[in-house]
Formats: sequence, C-alpha cells, structure tokens
Amino acid sequence: MSNGNAYITASCVIRDQQVFSNGSLLWQDAPGAELTDFLRKGYDRFSGQYPKFHKMDALSKLGWLAAEILLRTAPVEDHLPEQVAIVLSNRSASLDTDLRYYNTVKDIPSPALFVYTLANIVIGEICIRHGFKGEHIFFTTGGFDAQQVKAYTQILLDTGVATACLCGWVEVMEQQYEAVLYLVERQQREGGKPFAAEEMRNIYDLRF
Amino acid sequence: MADLKAQIIEQLNLQEVKPEDIGNDQPLFKEGLGLDSIDALELIVLLQQHYGIRIANPEQGPEIFQSVRTMATYITAQQKQPG
Repeated sequence: MSNGNAYITASCVIRDQQVFSNGSLLWQDAPGAELTDFLRKGYDRFSGQYPKFHKMDALSKLGWLAAEILLRTAPVEDHLPEQVAIVLSNRSASLDTDLRYYNTVKDIPSPALFVYTLANIVIGEICIRHGFKGEHIFFTTGGFDAQQVKAYTQILLDTGVATACLCGWVEVMEQQYEAVLYLVERQQREGGKPFAAEEMRNIYDLRF
Repeated sequence: MADLKAQIIEQLNLQEVKPEDIGNDQPLFKEGLGLDSIDALELIVLLQQHYGIRIANPEQGPEIFQSVRTMATYITAQQKQPG
C-alpha cells in the first residue's frame, strides 16, 4: 500500500556497450567491447578524478558508473544524506568476483578481490562517492523484479525513512552486464514519471 | 626503486599514477600516496610474490611501508640475509 505519490525523476540504463540517460542514448562504445575497457572509457567520459574506481570489481564499477550518470542531471542536494536510500538487486550477486577471488586462493589470496566478494559493496561505493547515509538493501533474484524493488522502495518513502531512493538492477557475470538505475523522489520534477512497476519495466526494456 | 614503484602501481591498480609521481621518501599512506588498509595487505602480498619475503612481525609494517625507500631498504636487507 502506498500512502503518497512518488516519481521516477531520473534513470540510467547501461547494457550492450550503450549508455542511456533519461530515455536518451547518451554514449555508445564499439559493439563487442570488453566490459573492462567499456567501463574504463565510461569512467573517463563521465567522471575521472576518482582513482578508487580502478580498484573496484566490475560490479561496483558498473553500479558506480550508473549512479554517476544518473546523478549528473538529478540534483540530490535537496535531500539529507541520511534520507537517501539505495535498493538494488541482481541475479548473480558477487559470483563474478567470487570466482576471480577463488582462483587466487591456490596461490596467494588477493585482499583487494576479497573485499568485493559481497554484492552490496557496490552500494557502499556509491554511498562513499555521494555521501549517502540512508538505509540500503541488496536483493538477489532470478531476474529484474520491478514489483519487488518498487514495493520495498515505496515502504522506505511511505514510512519517512527516505525522501529519495536510488533503486534498480546491477548485474555482472563475466562479459554479461546490465545496469538500470532509477532515482525516485516524493517531489515531481520536469520529465518525471509516476513511480510504478510498469514505468520501471518500460525503462528497463529500453533498447536502441 | 623504479622497478619497485612500477610493481606497487601494478599491484595496487593505481592506474592514474606514474612511477615518477611517487617520491622516494613520500609517505605511502594517508596524506602521501593515500593508500588504505587493503593496500597494505596488497603490499605484503607484493613482497611475497616478487621477492619471496614474508613479514614475520606485523608490527614492523608501519616502518617497512613508510615509503618506497624504506620498502627498498627492507627488501635489500632481507635479500642479504643468509638463506
């Protein structure tokens, strides 16, 4: 049950070497570009000056980059850091990095990889970057479940725990990747869409 | 020390840092190169992988990893010790 309106005031979709911002194609890399190269180019293009990016695993880089692009056009300074929540989900949790870490165990286990063997580390990286201190949760589901993400986010908004929430899907497994992030706020902004599972799916299905 | 700087950059994935950016006596942590606790563990791995050196006493860490020069001095001293 929802006891108040909320709006998707910004979105970012990254898949197939393409980056969409608020429904428009923002940038695309050459088809077939390796994920690592694609993420580095995306970082150079949309951010830079954040050396810790290079230490992140692919899942954190992807989620971090999606948040970077999402928040370029969506000011969140209106919200208290304690009231910006993050609700993310994916299919493979941190398995891509778990396997990389496992491969180092037979030699010398890598501390740098070990710290990324939890899916929710990507949330921490986004929080550190933007100073968010609100509640957060990471779901692992078989596929993008707009209704579940919507329902949980709505509870955070309705109970006053959060006034804004970054939510969506951030998935990496080997060369397969997909990030779909939404900024949801109580306050309507120009171009904002009603916060509904159907709208979330429409944005998720966006392809060039 | 140039080789050691290159190894540090590779081990710690410091992709925006060049060897010449790291001063021989520049602090590696905090206000210097800005490394963190995970980087410290990676430096221990570096010594083990590249030089076969295991740090027996963890309390020596801050002294050994103060700068590239202190690391190089420690590596040289360890390599001179009879096997």
